[in-house]
Amino acid sequence: MQLYLPIADLPVNVFLILAMGAAVGFVSGMFGIGGGFLMTPLLIFAGIAPGVAVASVASHIAASSFSGAISYWRRRAIDPTLAFVLLTGGVMGTALGVWTFSLLRSLGQLDLMIALSYVVLLTTVGGLMFWEGLRAIIRARRGTPVRIRRAGSHGWIHALPFKIRFKRSKIYLSVVPVIVVGLLIGFIGAVMGIGGGFILIPTMIYLLRVPTSTVIGTSMVLTLVTMLIATLLHAATNHLVDAVLALILMVGGVTGAQFGARAGQRIRGEHLRLLLGLLILAVGIRFAIELVIRPDDLFTIREVGVSE
Amino acid sequence: MRRLGLCLSVTTCLLASAIGLPSARAERLIVSVSNQRVTVTPNYSGEELVLFGSVEKDAETPPDRASYDLVVTISGPPADMVTRRKERKFGIWINTDYREFIQVPDYLAVFSNRPLEAIASPEIARRQQLGLDNVRLTQRLGSDYADVVPNDAFRRAFVRLRAEGGLYREDMSAVSFLTPTLFRTGIPLPAEVATGTYHVDIQLFAGGALITHTETAFEIVKVGFEQFVATTARQNGLTYGLATAFMALMTGWMASIVFRRD
Repeated sequence: MQLYLPIADLPVNVFLILAMGAAVGFVSGMFGIGGGFLMTPLLIFAGIAPGVAVASVASHIAASSFSGAISYWRRRAIDPTLAFVLLTGGVMGTALGVWTFSLLRSLGQLDLMIALSYVVLLTTVGGLMFWEGLRAIIRARRGTPVRIRRAGSHGWIHALPFKIRFKRSKIYLSVVPVIVVGLLIGFIGAVMGIGGGFILIPTMIYLLRVPTSTVIGTSMVLTLVTMLIATLLHAATNHLVDAVLALILMVGGVTGAQFGARAGQRIRGEHLRLLLGLLILAVGIRFAIELVIRPDDLFTIREVGVSE
Repeated sequence: MRRLGLCLSVTTCLLASAIGLPSARAERLIVSVSNQRVTVTPNYSGEELVLFGSVEKDAETPPDRASYDLVVTISGPPADMVTRRKERKFGIWINTDYREFIQVPDYLAVFSNRPLEAIASPEIARRQQLGLDNVRLTQRLGSDYADVVPNDAFRRAFVRLRAEGGLYREDMSAVSFLTPTLFRTGIPLPAEVATGTYHVDIQLFAGGALITHTETAFEIVKVGFEQFVATTARQNGLTYGLATAFMALMTGWMASIVFRRD
């Protein structure tokens, strides 16, 4: 069934977009990430202009992370204090990111910067996650006990001032690294047009040592708020949010996310990390190949933003 | 309503061609497009219009004039576009060089009844901008504005890429004469065409010379829901954003209720 998108200015197959939304939603529900790094390239591949894709995906991620956040809230798997501190940094980071985005655009080569940061970020994070998951599996096979928290090895993070107690996560931590993490995620998200959940979750687990029980739910709150802000900014400044496209993606996405979340609960943690690492690595490598291999067509056309 | 519009514009065309070409011309062109106002609705997926016309002879028409040639040029709303070329630098393919095309038509179609070379000499073809190779596509390079030779790499790539999307097309047999003076041609519009006014220029040739020409136009407009969404997004960006954000929250909330298990 074909449907004409009012902002993207082209007809799309509703079932194709629904299926794409559901597939990405499944992945996002399974791993507790937004899935923007998968959705945006998929939409561009389907023929939607990159600007419209990035802007509309923001609202799609907001919807799926809200439905996720509600169910995590019911299971008391969200740490409100931690989410609030993260958000303070996240909001600042988003604003900074939008500003950098405009600066990069005026200098030209924004596309290259985005492609390069996708490659660097995705291959690094994906590679680390894959390697860590693999090691955990090997350890489990050998029967070595898995040490989640190394006793006594507090490190420099715990020497920082302004410590507060995050009750639900049962950690006692300085607010400084939490704000910095929020800032970084907000910044990366605004520049690259992604939610950043796939970076946030490992950072929270390995750097801040937040227990796995509250990690996904809390990260969803951060994703939800930054993506809502991104939707507003994109709609107010670029007029590129396609509400019809977003609605189709949302309906597919939230449905897929529910099934994904159920599937995710049946898989063991280290296997989940291994799978997610592989997936991220694959997307990163795909971007790298695109940069290295001679493109089919050396020329591209892009309509210059109509300024009215 | 649509029929009234059609009648009106046909009359306007008649008037325009009658006033615009007072005398000395022996032929007149009378044309009409099957639909003057193409509306974009949710199930819009492209359309094909039909252009009908007739060559009206009068007393001054030389009696030995046996056959006519027609070139129909349809150009869509103008837009600025950038064509970029990738080059290998430091082992990766990056955009290096680019050309800006200023106010070039979003859609461009050239239809004729036989090959352009047979209709007019290269000079006339160039002067009348006949065919994709001769249509003026202004490029900007720094502060210079110019149209370059047809075999310029950027221009060629631009026309080729537009043609791949069906937005630029050239068909040397699209115009068919039903009688020696009555002609028709289809105007295929792919779904990706921009909304706006489309100008149709019809040029009549005989014996290699331009005898007369006439113009008509049609428009592609968004109506109803499509138009509402597009204008709201443009004029009330923040409200639109808030509505979209609210929609996102509602969808998420609905899903959590529908799929609630506990």
